[in-house]
Amino acid sequence: MTEFLGTELSGTEFSGANLANARTGALDRFAGAASALVVTPGDPATRFIFRGGKAAQAAMGDAFGIALPVQSCRAATGQSRAALWLGPDEWLLTGEDGQAETLFAALESALAGVPHSLVDISHRNISILLSGPKAAAALNTACPLDLALESFPVGMCTRTVFGKAEVLIWRTGDTLFHLETWRSFGPYIWGLLSLAQREYGAL
Amino acid sequence: MSRFRLPKGGRIDRARPISFRFDGKSYGGFVGDTLASALIANGVHLVGRSFKYHRPRGIMTAGADEMNALVGVGADQTRYTPNMRATLVELYHGLVAESQNRWPSLGFDVGAVNDFLSPFFPAGFYYKTFMWPKPAWKQLYEPVIRAAAGLGKAPTASDADRYMQCYAHCDVLVVGAGPAGLAAALAAAETGARVILCDEQREFGGSLLASDTDTAIDGLSAIEWVAKAVEALARHENVTLLTRTTAFGYYPHNFLGLIERVTDHVAQPDPALPRERLWQVRAKEVVLATGALERPLVFPENDRPGVMLADAARTYAARYAARPGTRAVIATAHDEAYRAALTLKQAGVQIAAIADMRPQAEGEWPAAARAAGIEVMTGTAITGTRGRMRVSGATLARIKGDGTAEKGEQFACDLVLMSGGFTPSVHLFSQSKGKLIYDEGLKAFVPGASPERNRSAGACAGETGLHATLESGYAAGEGAVRAAGFGGGLSGRSLTVTEKISAGGGFAGAVPHGRNPSFVKAFVDFQNDSTSKDIKLATREGFLSVEHVKRYTTTGMATDQGKTSNMNMLGILSDTLGKPIPEIGITTFRPPYTPVTFGAFAGMSRGELFDPARRTAIHDWAAEQGAAFEDVSLWKRAHYFPQAGEDMHAAVNRECKAVRESVGVFDASTLGKIEVVGPDAAEFMNRMYINAWTKLEPGRCRYGVMCREDGFVMDDGVVGRIAADRFHVTTTTGGAPAVLNMMEDYLQTEWPDLNVWLTSTTEQWAVIAVQGPNARKVLEPLVGDIDLSAAAMPHMSVREGHICGVQTRLFRVSFTGELGFEVNVPADYGRAVWEAIWASARRFDAVAYGTETMHVLRAEKGFIIVGQETDGTATPDDVGLTWAIGKLKKDFVGKRSLARAQMSNPQRKQLVGLLSLDNRSVLEEGAQIVANPNEPVPMAMIGHVTSSYWSSVLGHPIALAMVKGGRVRLGDTLHVPMPGKTLQVKVVEPVFFDKEGARLND
Repeated sequence: MTEFLGTELSGTEFSGANLANARTGALDRFAGAASALVVTPGDPATRFIFRGGKAAQAAMGDAFGIALPVQSCRAATGQSRAALWLGPDEWLLTGEDGQAETLFAALESALAGVPHSLVDISHRNISILLSGPKAAAALNTACPLDLALESFPVGMCTRTVFGKAEVLIWRTGDTLFHLETWRSFGPYIWGLLSLAQREYGAL
Repeated sequence: MSRFRLPKGGRIDRARPISFRFDGKSYGGFVGDTLASALIANGVHLVGRSFKYHRPRGIMTAGADEMNALVGVGADQTRYTPNMRATLVELYHGLVAESQNRWPSLGFDVGAVNDFLSPFFPAGFYYKTFMWPKPAWKQLYEPVIRAAAGLGKAPTASDADRYMQCYAHCDVLVVGAGPAGLAAALAAAETGARVILCDEQREFGGSLLASDTDTAIDGLSAIEWVAKAVEALARHENVTLLTRTTAFGYYPHNFLGLIERVTDHVAQPDPALPRERLWQVRAKEVVLATGALERPLVFPENDRPGVMLADAARTYAARYAARPGTRAVIATAHDEAYRAALTLKQAGVQIAAIADMRPQAEGEWPAAARAAGIEVMTGTAITGTRGRMRVSGATLARIKGDGTAEKGEQFACDLVLMSGGFTPSVHLFSQSKGKLIYDEGLKAFVPGASPERNRSAGACAGETGLHATLESGYAAGEGAVRAAGFGGGLSGRSLTVTEKISAGGGFAGAVPHGRNPSFVKAFVDFQNDSTSKDIKLATREGFLSVEHVKRYTTTGMATDQGKTSNMNMLGILSDTLGKPIPEIGITTFRPPYTPVTFGAFAGMSRGELFDPARRTAIHDWAAEQGAAFEDVSLWKRAHYFPQAGEDMHAAVNRECKAVRESVGVFDASTLGKIEVVGPDAAEFMNRMYINAWTKLEPGRCRYGVMCREDGFVMDDGVVGRIAADRFHVTTTTGGAPAVLNMMEDYLQTEWPDLNVWLTSTTEQWAVIAVQGPNARKVLEPLVGDIDLSAAAMPHMSVREGHICGVQTRLFRVSFTGELGFEVNVPADYGRAVWEAIWASARRFDAVAYGTETMHVLRAEKGFIIVGQETDGTATPDDVGLTWAIGKLKKDFVGKRSLARAQMSNPQRKQLVGLLSLDNRSVLEEGAQIVANPNEPVPMAMIGHVTSSYWSSVLGHPIALAMVKGGRVRLGDTLHVPMPGKTLQVKVVEPVFFDKEGARLND
């Protein structure tokens, strides 16, 4: 990238390059690991925090294509999109990467006139995916929640702590977890999970 | 093989011999041995020196209650652990251990002179002896006492091992896997409940591992029954079996701490495994099956190597095939010692005599001992021992009708066994805040009611006998699992157990000895070297409460926390004070049950992972440029960018000049950001901030100040109005979480009617500040769809558009006083856009600058930093921000407090600038300011320096300060007393550069 920019340096005739595909993810350098307990950086995604009352919630369900879950700590999914209940007036909406500007505009126009808040946090959050029979045990090295299937069933999601970082844990399968956190906490969480993987990954 | 190793029997694996070193000498043992059992099997009893008197000490127990055999384990300092109980250290090939608290050697220890000087070391001696002269305490007494005291030495190297932690939940946690615990776990597991069973030993079974050969449970030998039970438990998927795991703490709401020793017993541990794992368990129900500990008898010279607890000696013979001696004298007040006598006799130990303090001993066990030809002397006490490095004889004497002892008779022996009965291990129960009830028959406290959901089973509940223990275990397991909400699957059990019935017994207190009390030491607390004499002395000196006696004599305050000494201390107090034990009460049990390593508590929070180190998207670029970083809350921020040979001052001087003369680029990503959205957004902002927001047009920015309800400045930052119903709020780096919390708090509790919502966007945006006269020229070629001209985009405005094809919120703001922009881009694009801006900026001799330059530049302009100029007691007016207050607003957080008269007292500390009269002294931040330096100390301090820098742009130092009535002191000379000199300063307006602000609006 530096080299590419270097060629643009020519005195006063300077023009900006198009960097639309020049993203650097917080966990890019960790990608590619594999073992019995698999921990992988999640792909970039479009993410919004949606907040509002009952009317907004119904309207957003229609516009987004997924009825927003009203049961606490539950996620609803469909068509590569998901809506995760975070609080009585707060949801995390996720979709495929690259839609942030267009989808934001579309949802805003669909909800025009209905009091609500829609905020793009596609780059605020990063995700880490855990899979394998030791995934729950790996999370329980630093998360105090009961992650047994009966207590934390598939489709459940909640904000909680992992060590000293705030995270969102979403169970997407019996042995599959989707973890979200703010980007600067990613390497710390990855470091903790690497310690867990050192023990559980070999099983 | 050593003559102390029995040819057969025991739980050792004779096919797997092991060699280990103790105090530099090589010994042999087997897999299944503890360090203690292997030493005993090698005829070694002397393993340490006592704490205070440096008396030779031997192995006294076979478990967690060991008070003497504390050793240092580890071949090198990176893996050295002091004060390990030899009775719990599992033997592995190549283990290296050493004795402690001796110099130059265990056999010849200079410190033993203390034993002869002991008349000078009575209880509380350090309170009495080292009082005068006062300065000697710090220089002489304390260092010497510290060097002489203590047992093991802390390792000097960093711990090379890893420690992990985990959280677990279960329906039933069973602590202890002896007969009661195994039975409880079996009963609970059958229902499918989640059960965790933990035990401190290497294998489950507890006392059954040292069972008599003729004991049978349902026709199986004890060992066979244990194997069957463990196999049955292992078949249940929901059962977690944890050996080598000590439950050390019982915390509120059935939260227990367990420490699992994962690899301490392995010579070459799997590098994938941690050394230890801290389990934090939340259990619906807890079954405590923690057993009981045998009590020593308090008689003169009861501490010589070769004096052991009777049941420990039996355990060494039965479980470890280790013969603890050749000829034993047994002193008891309990039937179990007879059982020990029989086992040891079978193991080839000659039993010289059993001295039973009770007037009669007629139960099944005494009968069996007599039948085996052992001499039993009832109504007889042990009144002393002989021997130095090993006991060589004991004195037994008849107890007279008045309770005193006759002159005794000598018995030659190399082993003295004692049993004062058993103390139920109620440590965890007591930690659960459970009430203890005194049981006169057992001479011990047993569990009563607990506020937690737990139940005790087996010996820790005061049960005696195997049948009763098993029954109580099953009942506790069933009760617990039912209480946890499981039914069915449980069936009544009828057990057949073959065992001899123990008639029990017990004694607590000092054994009568009829000797001159001035010349004998009868130890109560072996680890802290406190004797029955010390306790009696304490009562004579007026210490009557058990808590006071404990602290004055230090009885029960060593690392074993009085496991073997508490009841005897109470017995002695009861005797001396003439009060029954329940009236004296019992000291508090506190976690941990046994010591836990610091490593386990620290767990993964070490080194890089001690705290999250938050780095911005641009961090790596700064690191590659050689930036120095500073910690700001959890963030790593670029502090300055030194070039070859530059120190911080040189780098900052250069960076400051470059920004003022041309342009600088700064990573401002860590600034807190909150998106405030909704139809009532402006109203919400009006209420939270002191400023007025209604008239701020979309596309414009305002510097916002926020107070707490007490009227003091809490945070500040630039706020951009993106749309009528959307504000982009920035906060200080460190204040971001608190500001969002306070906003949410008000919104949810005070104004739930407002249609406005908050979302943190701190990490959504990477923020690149471009500051300096050439800032516009740097950005212009990169931005297509935003007109950056002064006319189209004045100071304090915000536009949305694209930079290099990347979505941006572009602010025109300045924290430097120069023409400035802050480019917000989605964080993943931060580095690429930064590099593009940097490439463009380099055409103008730009610098990348860090937080230090940012601080200097803003101070030249008199811009405050919340937390530096303010300290939580500054009003907006104090720091010159009255102009920001929306005067027409009905209310805002803090408004009412600001109306108090004291808040506008003209003598409050106010923000001013200071110039050093010598034109070169940079004041110290935090320095105090006085009006009259000739006043006697303490002088009246009228203010303090809050910010102070060398300004390379102005060529002299500048400072900001908070001074009482500062604004009317403009032009005055004040004084800053420093060590060795007093500096003169002139009070000036707190703006040093471009007072008119012309450069901002360029």
